[in-house]
Amino acid sequence: MSEKEWPLYEVFIRSKSGLSHRHAGSIHAADDQMALDAARDTYTRRSEGVSIWVVRSSKIVASDPAETAAFFEPAEDKIYRHPTFYEMPDGVDNL
Amino acid sequence: MNKDSALLAYVTRLGDNALVLGQRMIELVAAYPELEEELANANFALDYLGQARMFYTCAGELEGKGRSEDDFAFLRDEHEFRNLLLLEQPNGHFGDSITKLVLFELFYFAQLQALAGCEDPRVAEIAARAEKEIRYHLRHNTQWLVRLGDGTEESHGRVQESVNALWRYTGEMFEADETDTIMERAWGGPNLEQLRERWLADIDAILINATLDKPESGWMASGGKAGRHTEHLGYIIAEMQYLQRSHAGASW
Repeated sequence: MSEKEWPLYEVFIRSKSGLSHRHAGSIHAADDQMALDAARDTYTRRSEGVSIWVVRSSKIVASDPAETAAFFEPAEDKIYRHPTFYEMPDGVDNL
Repeated sequence: MNKDSALLAYVTRLGDNALVLGQRMIELVAAYPELEEELANANFALDYLGQARMFYTCAGELEGKGRSEDDFAFLRDEHEFRNLLLLEQPNGHFGDSITKLVLFELFYFAQLQALAGCEDPRVAEIAARAEKEIRYHLRHNTQWLVRLGDGTEESHGRVQESVNALWRYTGEMFEADETDTIMERAWGGPNLEQLRERWLADIDAILINATLDKPESGWMASGGKAGRHTEHLGYIIAEMQYLQRSHAGASW
């Protein structure tokens, strides 16, 4: 028996039409078709989904935790980017 | 055998096939080498148990003597089970299990497709539901047979042995007895000769894909459909029925 593990895949499930795919978890599989099957059998057993995406975890480009400050902190003091400074004209009810 | 008793026998046989195979697969629960395949196997086994329940419930209604699904599953003896010999064979290794499933499910899928259009609405409805489940099983298991056959030298050799060993149990699927013949003529059930031709074409294509050799057609074992089983069925039934036999009527 080989001790090598199958590659890791990330699983995204769309719960119903019109919604976006959301990350559900991850599975191990030797190839793409096997990954799709494993995702189906692992994450949609209780009718959780209508569509599945799987992607090799190694293909995901992720932000570096060490750069969290540079990436995200500059946005924190820019409250003018939130649409809270506009006066709503009278009569506009549905915004 | 008349039209109604043939339908009852046929539906009971469908239940027996599903129950015995499902029970075999459940033996593998918590014993798979990979978590993902473990889940797939358990899901598939549950599909079969669900189908067995539907077929047995239907059989009880056809019989009209008040027997429930549990009576069919737990209170009949070995010779009353009419499942195919192929399905009671031991699990063996992973390649054996996959091979057994592909050989059977290629047949079962075509059988269900034909039954979905048969003249008894209850059977047609169950068959239509089961067909969707088996369609997925086949996709999954065929991929595995190709992966193993066209895989490493070791996996190729081992799964070729599986095909060779299980091949002798495939003839029984297409042997039409009185039940099959009445089911076809009186109820619009499948024609086993047509199923055999389709099965041979399908298995040929899969084996070629898997770079496996088709075994020479030789002697074929049969008897399961008439209640004459290999030595393996008794053990399955003893384990499966133990609780109901020693604590009759026990329920959750």
